[in-house]
Amino acid sequence: MSQVSMTVNGKVRKATVDPRVLLVYFLRDQLRLTGTHIGCDTSQCGACTVMIDGRSAKSCTIFAVQADGSEITTIEGLATNGQLHPLQQGFWEEHGLQCGFCTPGMIMAAVTLLKDNPSPSEREIREGITGNFCRCTGYQHIVNAIQHAATKR
Amino acid sequence: MAVSPVLPKLVGERVKRREDPRLIQGRATYVDDIALVGMQYIAFKRSDVAHARIRSVDTRAAEAMDGVEAVFTGAQVAEFLAPMPIGTPFPSPEHRAVAVDTVRFSGEPVAVVVARDRFVARDAVDAIVVSYDPLPAVVDVELAMTGKPTVIHPAFPNNLAVPLVPAGTGVSADGKVDDSAIDEAFARADLVISQRMVNQRLAPTAMEPRGVVAHYEPGKGTMTIWSSTQNPHILRTFIAALTGLGENQVRAIAPEVGGGFGAKINIYGEEYVAAAVSKRLGIPVKWTEDRSEAFVATTHGRDILGYVDLAAKRDGTVVGLKLRLIADIGAYNMLLTAAIPTLTTMMANATYNIPAIRATVTEVFTNKTPTDAYRGAGRPEATYFVERAMDMLARELKMDPAELRRKNFIQPSQFPFATQTGAVYDSGDYEKALDRALKNAQWDRLKAERDKARAEGRLVGLGLSMYVEVCGLGPSAALPTGGWEHSQVTIERDGRISATTGASPHGQGNETTFAQMLADQFGVPFEHITILHGDTGVVKQGIGTFGSRSQAVGGTALHMAGSKVKAKMAKFAAALLEAHEDDVVFENGTISVKGSPASGKPFASVAAYAYRPVPLPEGLEPGLSDEAFFEPSNNTYPFGCHISMVEIDRKTGEPTLLKLVAVDDAGNLINPLIVEGQIHGGLAQGIGQAMIEEVVYNEDGQLVTGSFMDYAIPRAIDFPRFELDATVTPTPVNPLGAKGVGEAGTLGATPSVVSATVDALSGFGVKHIDMMLRPEKLWRIIQGGQS
Repeated sequence: MSQVSMTVNGKVRKATVDPRVLLVYFLRDQLRLTGTHIGCDTSQCGACTVMIDGRSAKSCTIFAVQADGSEITTIEGLATNGQLHPLQQGFWEEHGLQCGFCTPGMIMAAVTLLKDNPSPSEREIREGITGNFCRCTGYQHIVNAIQHAATKR
Repeated sequence: MAVSPVLPKLVGERVKRREDPRLIQGRATYVDDIALVGMQYIAFKRSDVAHARIRSVDTRAAEAMDGVEAVFTGAQVAEFLAPMPIGTPFPSPEHRAVAVDTVRFSGEPVAVVVARDRFVARDAVDAIVVSYDPLPAVVDVELAMTGKPTVIHPAFPNNLAVPLVPAGTGVSADGKVDDSAIDEAFARADLVISQRMVNQRLAPTAMEPRGVVAHYEPGKGTMTIWSSTQNPHILRTFIAALTGLGENQVRAIAPEVGGGFGAKINIYGEEYVAAAVSKRLGIPVKWTEDRSEAFVATTHGRDILGYVDLAAKRDGTVVGLKLRLIADIGAYNMLLTAAIPTLTTMMANATYNIPAIRATVTEVFTNKTPTDAYRGAGRPEATYFVERAMDMLARELKMDPAELRRKNFIQPSQFPFATQTGAVYDSGDYEKALDRALKNAQWDRLKAERDKARAEGRLVGLGLSMYVEVCGLGPSAALPTGGWEHSQVTIERDGRISATTGASPHGQGNETTFAQMLADQFGVPFEHITILHGDTGVVKQGIGTFGSRSQAVGGTALHMAGSKVKAKMAKFAAALLEAHEDDVVFENGTISVKGSPASGKPFASVAAYAYRPVPLPEGLEPGLSDEAFFEPSNNTYPFGCHISMVEIDRKTGEPTLLKLVAVDDAGNLINPLIVEGQIHGGLAQGIGQAMIEEVVYNEDGQLVTGSFMDYAIPRAIDFPRFELDATVTPTPVNPLGAKGVGEAGTLGATPSVVSATVDALSGFGVKHIDMMLRPEKLWRIIQGGQS
């Protein structure tokens, strides 16, 4: 077992983890932050996307021990002072979700997308979320949601 | 009295979903988010061969591992769990949740581990050693029908799960077949289009894999089961039956469910095992499916091979259709497996006047994952076969594909329309949908664009498809579970409204649409309404969400229950207002006498009076709560037209969808925003089937497409912006006039994309291309080979 310490949603979390435990399982099972989801086991679907040190990353691609010392933001930590993040607002306004399972990962991926490119074209948005699968929406309302956030920020 | 704000009417408006705040903030609870004190984890040892006798299962090493609570082989599970039931009246071979002596598909469970956590459970699974005596794998469906290379279930000769079932013209209710009409139709045809078409196997792949938590409480003798299911009430019925409990001792909960697409209708072995193991050990247990596991363990969809013959006159008049279908259903019958292909024969009449139809279906066992419902479930297959054949006919006759359709449409005056294959279409105006789609797509201009592109050497094609589907399932005669839906509406003491529905949404947004309906019905704020679903402990009765039935059947039950409560509340209000109950109106949060809103009483005060009725009006009981079961008299038949434009890269064969125009008619709409979302999602799956999705098995029966690395589900980059529109032809089947829309997108998109691709490559002499449209396949056609 290994000791880790990381800042998750602004709070320092110290824990003992089995070295083989992926970051996503650490967040979900040990910290009980279940907003981050697991939709595959090959790092394709992106449902587990979180922010690691300010960049979107699939939390199934690293072990919890590798995130030692990192600053993590999950979907639970995205709103500030009770105010929805513009992307959360955008997804709500534009019906950017149906079952909601891919949504946290989709939103966390879009955070970096808009950080890197504050006014993306539709094509750039579609390319930017290619690492995130959604089976419900056909993506059109997700594109609208990200455009909404880009305009309203 | 207090002045109330004027409340807007919400039905028909694009109301933002009330489900979303929890979902966009990571505050929803899906099955795998549930943790109970003392809960242990289940994992399954699965067969890694397609067909074999089990020689031995050695669980000693697994049992010795720290943290392992129990290990059960199939034979041990069989001691406390009966074979799995199915939900159709077809004969079915014995199917154990965990295989006892023979495995019949790669991925079939052979042993169960119960352990401290998911990682120990997985380690223990890996420590189980199974030895097999291999049997020949039955993979090719047409070979399987001849009993080769072997027979999977001895009681089913030639692997025929369901031997040829005929439907259509000349087939009587008792199954007698008279060929004269169909023979005569083909005899008078000028030409017959004949084509073998593959409607390939697909993996439904809801983003949330399945999962279950079962908690048997020995002290109470009750079971609570949380499952990622589309129908908790059906789950309750089956779990009760197999655990020997009464339905009143089982509480089934569908918490937040991350998509279903038909694959979460079935009641699975993992659910039975979790319940039975929890009961046996007296502890709560959880099982969560991995994605790779889902590809083998969750039912697949489609996989129907069709031999299509379409007979017509030279002027384009269709005179007859023969559809010979062979369904590869995999290794076992699941809940609805055997019934799905019969929906394909049922919908063979499509949107056309076809005087003679013969549709037959044969269902065949193979050593593959079983099939069951997948979005559209039988209707996309029917649409695909007929619409592709219509497209081939148009090409043969050098007719515009739209004009060929127009010439053959069932006319609005013909409804209700009894089809040759046993359906009674409720209402329709197919030409209107076609014309709207042609107008929106600017069909003539698109054709000119296509021709111009071709002149420049580009490979561009156009495809058009009509569809009609069967939704709002359905009368109880058509469903073994019963086809009604239930709702209970309660006006609480404070005037807030709680309503239950037996529909079990998993993305469809019924908390929003149903609240819109009740807000209008009672003239109260949307925010004052709560819709409860997905918990048999709260929702007294229900069937569930599938077959695009939530609005048409569940919504109607809600409306009926609301009407009953409203009638009673009117009586209490009439007593307070000293008026006649027929003269009171509900609006803007008050109940008043018609024509004198100032006289009104706040809605909440009438509710309070009903719960402390002093004096109690004569003939009334206290309280405001009532329920309704809605039994539809018929299914509904939504329809539409999908048009697509595709370009093929001449160098690589890669197809790109340039344009998709859809006009869908689902009758009256409660929330067009949600309807658009449903159609978008359906289109994505329909296009996915045409272009990139395909479950592939090798000759040994091994699943080749067993992960997201090998099975392509569509990504955002795969689509253009869809262009939607609607025509509105209400159904007379329910008072809402709503037909259902959940599956629509999967119907027309698939054939329209394939037809567009054939059109793009028509210069190479190709008449049909089987899905999926793999670039290599298209490249070969471009290189001069045939498909």
